Order: sequence, then structure tokens, then C-alpha cells
Amino acid sequence: MFEFFRDLDRRWVFLAMLLAVAVPILAGARFPEEPSQMVRSVFHAIDNLPEGSRVLMALDYDPASEGELHPMAAAFTRQCALKNHKMYFMTLWPPGPVMIQKQINMLQREFPDYEYGIDYVNMGFRPGYEGPIKLIVTDLKRAISADVHGTSLDQIPLTRDLKNIQQMDMIINVSAGYPGAKEWVLYAATPYGIPTVAGTTGVQSPLLMPYIPNQLTGMLGAIKAAAEYEQMLIDEYPQLKDNRQAQEALRRMGPQLVAHVFLIVLILIGNTIFFIERRRSR
Amino acid sequence: MNRENLIWLTLMLLGGGVLLVNAGVKYSQSGTVNGTVYVQEIVADTGPDTPPIVTYERTIASLRNEPGVSFSLSRTIGVWAAALCTLAVFSFLWGDNPLYKLAESVFVGVSAAYAMVVGFWTEIVQNLLGNLLPDLMRRTLLPGLQSTKTTEWEYIVPLILGVMMLWRLAPSGGWIARWPLAFFIGATAGIRLISYLESDFVQQINNTILPLVVLTADGTVDVWWSVKNVTIVFGVFVSLVYFFFSVEHTGTVGALARIGIWLLMITFGASFGYTVMGRVALLAARLEFLFDEWLWVIDPLQRRLGL
Amino acid sequence: MKRTVPLIIAATTGFVLIVAYFIPYTETWGETAMAWFNIIAAVAFVLGGFNLMKNQLQKISDRRPGWGYAAVTLLSFVITLFIGLAKVGVTPSTTYPEHPWAGSYDQEGAAFWWLYEYLFLPLSATMFAMLAFYIASAAFRAFRAKNVEAVILLITAFIVLLGRTYAGIWLTSWVDPLAARFESPVVSQFIVGLRLDRMTETIMNVFNLAGMRAITIGIALGVASTSLKVLLGVDRSYLGSGED
Repeated sequence: MFEFFRDLDRRWVFLAMLLAVAVPILAGARFPEEPSQMVRSVFHAIDNLPEGSRVLMALDYDPASEGELHPMAAAFTRQCALKNHKMYFMTLWPPGPVMIQKQINMLQREFPDYEYGIDYVNMGFRPGYEGPIKLIVTDLKRAISADVHGTSLDQIPLTRDLKNIQQMDMIINVSAGYPGAKEWVLYAATPYGIPTVAGTTGVQSPLLMPYIPNQLTGMLGAIKAAAEYEQMLIDEYPQLKDNRQAQEALRRMGPQLVAHVFLIVLILIGNTIFFIERRRSR
Repeated sequence: MNRENLIWLTLMLLGGGVLLVNAGVKYSQSGTVNGTVYVQEIVADTGPDTPPIVTYERTIASLRNEPGVSFSLSRTIGVWAAALCTLAVFSFLWGDNPLYKLAESVFVGVSAAYAMVVGFWTEIVQNLLGNLLPDLMRRTLLPGLQSTKTTEWEYIVPLILGVMMLWRLAPSGGWIARWPLAFFIGATAGIRLISYLESDFVQQINNTILPLVVLTADGTVDVWWSVKNVTIVFGVFVSLVYFFFSVEHTGTVGALARIGIWLLMITFGASFGYTVMGRVALLAARLEFLFDEWLWVIDPLQRRLGL
Repeated sequence: MKRTVPLIIAATTGFVLIVAYFIPYTETWGETAMAWFNIIAAVAFVLGGFNLMKNQLQKISDRRPGWGYAAVTLLSFVITLFIGLAKVGVTPSTTYPEHPWAGSYDQEGAAFWWLYEYLFLPLSATMFAMLAFYIASAAFRAFRAKNVEAVILLITAFIVLLGRTYAGIWLTSWVDPLAARFESPVVSQFIVGLRLDRMTETIMNVFNLAGMRAITIGIALGVASTSLKVLLGVDRSYLGSGED
């Protein structure tokens, strides 16, 4: 037994990991979620805004982290639409426009009364890493002169009278790294006091904790927070209960649980081998 | 044939067999093969002078017999290509192989061109050409440009700097590209100097100035809130002591630094846990694509009800 | 001129942006600099693309090992670039139907969208998904409780891994009933906090926060001093070492 584990080819570990994730997906395993304090504070920060507030939806992620972040972006978008907030979509990541388009497709499908140019606008991608943030905090139209359809922002009702993003009631940022939540905190939230919430990848979440709550109102960290957020959204807005698209993160918590437990077992086995070997060598 | 190749061949044959059986089962159940994509035709009437614009949107397979819904060959090939790409990357787990290398090469080429195309249409066309050649852009690429907009000559500067930057590709005169690079580096340094000091230094210290004894509304001590604040203040202090290498880590400083590294270990442990969570979520999303959109063995979004 | 002018450009740009932050009258200077900055960043994408093309062509012409894969990279680059710039398959937008070139480059159903959706997306997402396997392998092979520090790290990781799933709540479901038995709020609050999901919150909001804050402060000082060195011309590494 000892020799078996000690000399185990790592491909067996890979296969076991694959099964740990695949089997719960195939079985459709799901677990109840209880929103944490942080998730509640993010939810209420958006929900307590007066109806029709201006919200900047900065979706800074790409397909590589879509599995983690799309559920958060969708939950934020749904919540804003349910509260009739005005949404301004933009991204600092080249593949980001497609991520925005997915949210817009969802809006068109689930909120057909939501009108482009009146209730939401898609300002698309801007290169320059933190450069566009630094510019739009004082002059939006110099950085983004037109929306994704090429229409000047001066001709769109939602952006006609908008000078800069200091006029936003909130920034909602879904972030996969650089440029992302940290840059929004550095160049928009801290110097201009714009209330900001973030949804981030697991890798990024611990790094952003020092900004909460003074510089960042709250944060959804990784898929677990997304699942809790989806649950909270369903609890508060029961019309979403039968919407399966609104439960993506809840669905993912099945494989998540098995994989986490599997990883702990792996570490324990690895350490057992280590201690047995150490004792034998003495 | 050596053992490894034999295992490979067996796996390939097995996988192929499972695929065939799955496709056969799906066909016998629903009259269509798994991975098939259907689209809904959308006709937009744009007035008497222009022909209507026809676009296609993906729709759920359950609606395939509805009017305006048709089979999409390009998207069906797409789903199979995406599945093949996914498996090709996964094949690296077995070991480096030509299929993985091929996928990697395609990825590098596509992603470089992708960023270039996006940068061109969004920034170079809209913000550079839109400011330098507004009339031409209004007639061609940007009809929504405001009619009052005229040429803004200051944008000639980034045009020149941009051309100088591309000079780097030329066989000689590499120094020319240093000018735009210096502009880039100087601007980055300028904005970061202030922002990091404000947000990550001054504001972080400000955030750490917390009451060490927290009183509740009725004047009693909130024990755990106080403990929390004390831990944060002490934790930041000891962690900074650990990073402070100008003083030798002996005696009291050494003891504090030791507590500091323990605290940092808790931080790294938390980071590890969160990283695992992130990676598993990404893997789950990929497998869900394979099982749902390609193989049709699960249907979490009920896209194929009645099939 | 080859080295002095870049130093002057870097210093001027940097200080203009710093001044623009403090003096509202000069705010527009900073905005102009950032508008130019963003355009040059877009040109950097173009440079990156052509640089890749140049390297791959070099590799192919030298017949270096793996030149076949370089050809594949080159081919996918050229095809994607052509499709994206020529807007292949893009229909005019409904807002401007009389302008055939005004449709969105990433319109759903167009060729560029296809390349994104069915090649770029699966390849990129799977590359990152692979890390789950390597983390598992590393956990098995390398994650050893060799000393106190490693033990602390491991225990924290266990708590977080369990606490961020339903397993944590399930394993410590005895906590809340136990806490209810104690009358002292201080004791019962402590016991309530022992549930794994709440312990994870405490780790994140207290210990991780303190550690990360110290790291953040350290990095801030590093970034500020590096920036100042660049602006004052002390750090010239970005100019390269060669005379040309």
C-alpha cells in the first residue's frame, strides 16, 4: 500500500481529479447555500441604491476565467435590471466585449422592456490597461467617444449628459486580474470616493481584502461567493427560482465540494508517505 | 509498439467507440446527433432603400421544428472543433504530444491577432482616426460620429509616436522606438507614483487606525470586535517587522518577525485555498461544456427538453 | 539624443501627470497624456502581433526545430487578422444599414466571432482549467508539513477548502446547538465562530487582511520608489543596454 502511493504515477492523480469534478457534474449534485456577511453587504450595497441609479459595469475578464466570473457578472446584471438601474458596460480586456455581449443577450432575453441607449449602453473595450480608468474619471468621452455600434456617446440618451464616471452611483467590477479591481480601487474608488463593489477570481480575492470596506464596499470572492449571491438573489426575487441560467454557480458547488475534499485527502496521503519515509530513514 | 503507445491507442479507440455509441444513442432518441446547433433567423427591416438585414441567433435544440429555425453547419462544426481543442489541451496531461503542440500554436496565433484586431477597431479607428480624419470616418467606418466633429490636430502626436514604436520591427534604428516607450514608461510611473502612495500606503495606514477597545451602544466592551481590531493592528505591525530587513531579526524584533511569518503563512494558506477553488471552477466549466453542449449527456439548462 | 531625449520624455510625461493630480488647472494636460497613452497601448498590440509574425517567419526560414508549429502559428495569426480586419461575414448594423463597414467586428455569427467562440475560448479556458490537475499533483507531491510554518499554512488551507463548501457547514453543524447552551455571550459568540465557514471568514477578514495589508504597503513603497527612479532618470533599464 505504502509503496503503491509512494510510486504512484501522477497521471493517476490527474485521472482521480478528473473524476472528482466530472462525477458530481454528471450526477447533478447540489448543496444549500447560506450567504455570508460579505455577500450580504455586496447585495445590499446594490439593492439599496435608489431605482434608476447609474451603475458602471466594468467586466474585466476573459474566457480563461469565465467559468468563475460569468455567474457573478450575470447575477449583478440581473440584480441591476430588477432594480431598474441604468447600466454602462465597458471592459479593459481585449476578449471582454464578448463577455459584455453575453450579459446583453441575457438582458434582451429576460428583460425585453430594457431598452438599449435608455436603460443600458455598451461602451466596449479600451486598451491602455489602467489608462482608460485614469481618463474616464475626469473625461469619459475623451477615452470612449462612441459605443460599440459606433454611435457617438453625445447622441445616446444615457450618456449624453455624462461628463465622467464620478457621476456614477456605483462601480461594479468583475475582475480576473490586471487590469481589474485593484486598478479601479487605485484610480477611481480611492481618489474620487466612487462606491465600488467587485466580483473576483479566487486567486485575486485575498489580495483585495485590505481595501474593504473603506475603499471597496464589498467583494464576491470566487465561485462560492457567486453561488451564495445567486441564492440570495433567488431568495429576494423569487421570480428567478425557475430560471436555470441564474443558478450556474449553485450548480458548480457540487464538483467544488468533492474536489476540495479530494485535495485534502491527497495532502493527507502525501504527508503520511512523507512521515513514514522519514521514520524509516532514521 | 511500446507500452505507452499501446495505452494511447487503446484509449483513443475506446474514446472513439464511446463517441460513436453516444452519437448513435442520441440519433436514435432524437433524430439528431449530439453537438448539433440550431439557429433562429432574425430579419430586421431597415427601410425602403436598404435590403433587410438577416442575422442568426443560436436557439435551443428543442425548438428545431419551429419556423425560422434551421440547422447551422458552421456552428455545429464549431462545437466539435471546440471539443477537439479542449481534448487536445487536456492531452498534455498524458505527456507532451503533437496534438497539444498544434493546439498551442493555434492559440498563440489566434490570440495575438485577436488582440491586434480588437485594439485596431476600438482605439485606433475610433480614437485616433476618428479624431484625425472625422469626415472620412463618418462616411465609412464610423457613421455615428457627431456631425460637428472636426480634426483635432493634437492626435498627430500619438500617430507619430505609434509609427516610431512600430519602427522596432525595422532592421536598424531601434533607438527610434525608445521615444514612445519612454512616453509609456513615464506616464505609467507618473500615475502609479501618486496612486500607490495614496491608495496602498496612506489609505492602508488609515484603514489600520482602529479602536483597540470597541464599546457597544450600551457602553459595555464588545470583546470579540476588540480582539479582531487588536489582531489586525498587531498583525499588520508584526508582518511589517518581518519585511523590515534593515534591523537584524534577533531578540524582540526576531520574536515579532517570527509571529509575522506565521501570520503571513495563514495569509498564504488562505490564498492557496482560494486558488484551488478558482482552478476547480474553471475545470468544472470546461467539463460542463463537454458534457452539455458537445456530448449531450447532461442538460442543466434544459436546452434539449423533449428531444 | 538617442538616450537623453527618451529620459526627458519620460520625466516630462510623468511629472505632468503628477502635477495634473494636484493642480486642477492642469488636469486637461494629464487627460491629453492619457488619451495619447491609450492610443499607443493599442499600437503596442499591433507591434506585438507583427513581432510574433517576424519571429515565426525567422523560425521557419531557419528551419529551426519545431518550425512546422511556427507555420501553424503564423497561419492562424494571418487568417485571424485578415478575418478580423476585413470584417468577414459581418452584416451592416441595423442603426446604419447603408454603411456596410459599420457593423461590429465581433458580431455574433460572423467569422471573427466563430474564431473567438470555437477556437480562442476553448483553448484559453482549457489552458487555465489544466491548472486544477497540477495543483492536485503538487498537493500530493510537494505540500509537506515539514515545520511550524508549513503546518500553519496547511491547517489554514484545510479550513478554507472545507469552509468554502457545504462540507464545512455539515462537519461543524454541532457548533450552533452547543453555543446555545452557554449563557455568556462572549463564550457563545466564540463557539459560534468555530463553524468552519465562519472560521474561513475570520481568516479572510482578520489574518489574511493583516498579512495582505503589510504586503500591500510594502509593494506600494516599492512601486513609488521605482517610479521615482524612472522619472528622475536613475533607473534607465527600459532604454536597454546597447548604444543603438
